[in-house]
Formats: sequence, structure tokens, C-alpha cells
Amino acid sequence: MSEPIHLLPDETFVLNVGPQHPATHGVLRIKMRMHGEYVAEAETVLGYIHRMHEKMGELKTYPQFLMNLSRMDYLGALAYCHGHVLVVEKASGIQVPERAEYIRVITVELNRIASHLFGVGSFVMDLGGFSPLMYMLQDREYILDMLEAVTGARLTYCYYRFGGLYNDIDDTFIARARAFIPRCRESLKKYHRLITENIIFRKRLEGNVYLSSEMCRKYGATGGVARASGINFDVRKNEPYSVYPEFNFEVPVFTEGDSMARYKVKMAEIEQSLRIIEQGLDKLPDGPIMPEKAPKIIKPPAGDYYQAVETSKGSFGIRLVSDGSKNPYRLKLRSPSYSNVSLFDEACVGSMIMDAMAFFGSLDLVVPEIDR
Amino acid sequence: MIRTNVLSAMRALFPEAPEAPPVVEAPPPVPEQDAAAAKKAEKSAKPAPRVNGVVERDYAVHGYHIDTQVAPEQLLEAVNILDQQQFFLETITGVDWIADQQLEAIYDFSHFGFEPCRVVIRTRVPRDNPQLPTISGIYAGANWHERETHEFFGIVFEGHPYLVPLLLPEDADFHPLLKDFKA
Repeated sequence: MSEPIHLLPDETFVLNVGPQHPATHGVLRIKMRMHGEYVAEAETVLGYIHRMHEKMGELKTYPQFLMNLSRMDYLGALAYCHGHVLVVEKASGIQVPERAEYIRVITVELNRIASHLFGVGSFVMDLGGFSPLMYMLQDREYILDMLEAVTGARLTYCYYRFGGLYNDIDDTFIARARAFIPRCRESLKKYHRLITENIIFRKRLEGNVYLSSEMCRKYGATGGVARASGINFDVRKNEPYSVYPEFNFEVPVFTEGDSMARYKVKMAEIEQSLRIIEQGLDKLPDGPIMPEKAPKIIKPPAGDYYQAVETSKGSFGIRLVSDGSKNPYRLKLRSPSYSNVSLFDEACVGSMIMDAMAFFGSLDLVVPEIDR
Repeated sequence: MIRTNVLSAMRALFPEAPEAPPVVEAPPPVPEQDAAAAKKAEKSAKPAPRVNGVVERDYAVHGYHIDTQVAPEQLLEAVNILDQQQFFLETITGVDWIADQQLEAIYDFSHFGFEPCRVVIRTRVPRDNPQLPTISGIYAGANWHERETHEFFGIVFEGHPYLVPLLLPEDADFHPLLKDFKA
């Protein structure tokens, strides 16, 4: 992968990447001690967009906090909202109608595709290929228009309610979602021709910063990062929640552990999400989208509760400590990118600066989600 | 399988404790008090601090299987058990139980296998002298989680290699998630 460092002169300098840098996708800073072109030491500096969602969680009532979740990972926000409503419903024993749960899954998967498209597109853009992002934004735009029609927002959704949904989907949405599936499959072929088979792209990424499965475990890395290192872990399969057990889909796993594998996992997951949406639209039951007796005031009994969901970045967890009042006593948000990026400092040592930045892009980070 | 392994290993940490009932869902019995005090206790918020030990929880209600409360000295031992069973650290949650003058650190563990098994290790320290051993020697990922818990709650993780604020400004000398924090 790289020349041994000991051949270089024994002199280092400090390189500051960010906090305002296009490759960091937001405000995040990396202090690097460089040995010529090689990274000798790295320290990720966080907190530039820290807003203390966890304190807001304690100060707001449960329904008031609904909109905070979509301000974390603004690319794949619905999965985060899903985790929040699931943990509160579990704690207060609210039954969700089946139709609502199906619509949640369909919209979460659409949102996951949108997130992956943007993640892959901006990753390729980091490496110098601008056009794939533009193609991918077309498909993403289609999804965002669709979601905007039912949720009322393009990125910062507040669509789920405790017990169900804010708005039912209509025939237009179903028709557009059905039309999207073959369209996206067509474009996937195009992307594979354009990116996956591109020799420059492959030579750049194959063998780029290897992550072992043991390292992923020690740092708690989940999602695509772990699945590219041979860990077959997807919360939707390993710890099924919602109506995911009723769907037939696979979890793509690659064992190479390099940036190419992290890219391939994302592309393969888009196809699996399409399968879930297809089945969801076929099986979509009729019925209400809110339970008849949804409580107006949410007061979960005292105790603590945990819920993990699979977002586009990895395993997102919410730990809710309730004291029986209408505000959470403590609401911990376990964001997957926080754990995924924590291994960057150790993993990038010894690689060249541009390899390190390519690796950084392959982690698919959204900074507001790390900083919360 | 993994669940019973962890359960028996965790129970071995508490040799003197009697065999715990399989699922304890009812809150611990409140001793007879006058009505006002009982009401106040109810208002002041909390499941009363329980004794150290292992409790199996109903996964459908709580979202985790094994709930272990240990003394701070037992923390490393308990975490080592999970490390040997190939668990990974999800997160560390601090909780300020101001009514008991205690801080709680909750360690969430899960693993990559197909038998869902979530394990919680919790430990409590006095609020005026919160000190816990670091587990970043076992789980490298705990480094950041401990830094976060340190800046938000003031819990000092002894032996931590770099205990400076992570998300807050580098000169922050306040702990915003404490219940008596006023901005």
C-alpha cells in the first residue's frame, strides 16, 4: 500500500485539515502530524456543530423532541426518527397499526437509498470524479420529491408520530414509488459501468486503508464500515424490529476491508432496499395509520429502555431513561458515525495523505450526526 | 447460548448474592412511610438505587437482556467478560441521579452474532467525587465515549490517556448534562 516510513527523513510537520474543508463534508477538523507525504499521527477534533440534542431531549416533552432527530443525519433522517418513535412506543406500550409500520419501512428504505446515493456520489467527488454525483442527484431528487409530497419536508422530516404517522400515503406516491424501482435499477447499471468498473477508481481504492474485523469490534464500528470488513451485522436482521422480519432481503458483506469494499456495500444495499420497497408496496395492508386510542400525553413508566435501528450509517441506538414524567430524564443518542470515525485516528497512520482522505470519504460521515 | 454464558459469568462476579429471580419487573418494595414522604419520593424521580447484581430483563419491554450493576472496582472485570465473548461497545451513557447524590454510568454492549443479546453494565459513583476506571485499554472505542461522559458529567476516568473535552470547547469547565447546570 505504501512505502515504509523509516526510509523517510526523520522530520515531521503538523498539517491542519479543516474545519472548513470540502473533504470533511461539514465542519470537522483533523490535526495530522506528517512524515513527508505519510501520516504519522492523526487527531480528529469534533464539536464545531455540537448543539446538545441530549440536553434538549431532557428539556422538551416527548412530542416536542420529534423534530430534533432529523437534524442529526440530514441525509437519512427517517431511520433516526424511526428509532425514536420505536423506543417511546416500546416504553409506553403503544400499539402501532400494521399499515403505519409498513409505510415507515417503505419511507425509511427510500430515504436510505437517497442517503447512499448522496454518500457514494460525494465520495466519488472527493476522489475527483464530479459527474457521478450529478447523475445520482437526479435519482435522489426523485425520492426527495416523493417524500416531500407525503411528509411535507425534503430533509428535516417530522413524519412519524407516537403510534403511527402524520399523513397517509396516496395512490400518487405508490405509483411513483413503483415507477422508481425499475428506474433506479437501470441507473444502478449505469453507475456500475461508470464507477465500479472504472480502472482509475478501482486502482485508487483497492487496498486503501484496510480495517480488520477486530478493529471494527473494538471501536464499535457498525453499518457499511463493519460489513466491508467481513462482519455480517445488520440490526434489521440480527435484532429484527418493526416489520422487517416479514421482508425477504439479504445483507451484503464483503471481506476485503478496504475502501472499495465499503463502496461496494453501499451499492449492493441500494438494490436490497429496492427489494424491500417492492415487497412493502405489494404487501401494504389497508387500515388506519394511527391507533384509535393514541395517548395525547406521553408518560412512559419509570425505567430505562433501549432501541437500536439500522440507519444508512450503521446501528443507531437510543437509550431512554424515564422517571415517569412527561419529559425524558435522560435521552442518550448513540450515533453510528461517532463510533465509525473514532477509528480514523488509528487506521490512517502510515498511509499517504490522499489515501487517508479517500478513506475518510469512504466512511460516509455526516458531521451534525457525529457532533449531535 | 451466548446469553446463558454471559449470565453465568456475570453471576460469578457476585458470589455472595442469592440466585436472582429470572425476571424482576416490579419496582423494589418501598418501606412504609408517611404519605407526604412517599409522594415526594415518587416525585423526585427514580427507581430506587438497587443493590449490585445481575437481573434478566424482558427484552420486549426494555430492549436489552442482561442488566448488571457492579461496583466501580468490578467494572474492568465485568467488561473483560464481555470482551472475551466478542461483544462490542455501543455507547456509554451518564445519568445524574441528583436526588441520590450519585452519578451513574451505563455501558451498553451488543455483539455481531444472530442471537440478540444486549448487555448493560451500570455503576454508580458519588456525585462529589465521581471516579471510574477507564475501559479504553480494553475497548479502544471507549476513548471518545469516556471523553464525552467526562465533559458532560464530570466523571473522571482514571488512566484515560487523553481526557480533554471532545464536543464542548477546549476550555469548557462546565458539565451541561448535570441536572443543576444553569446556562
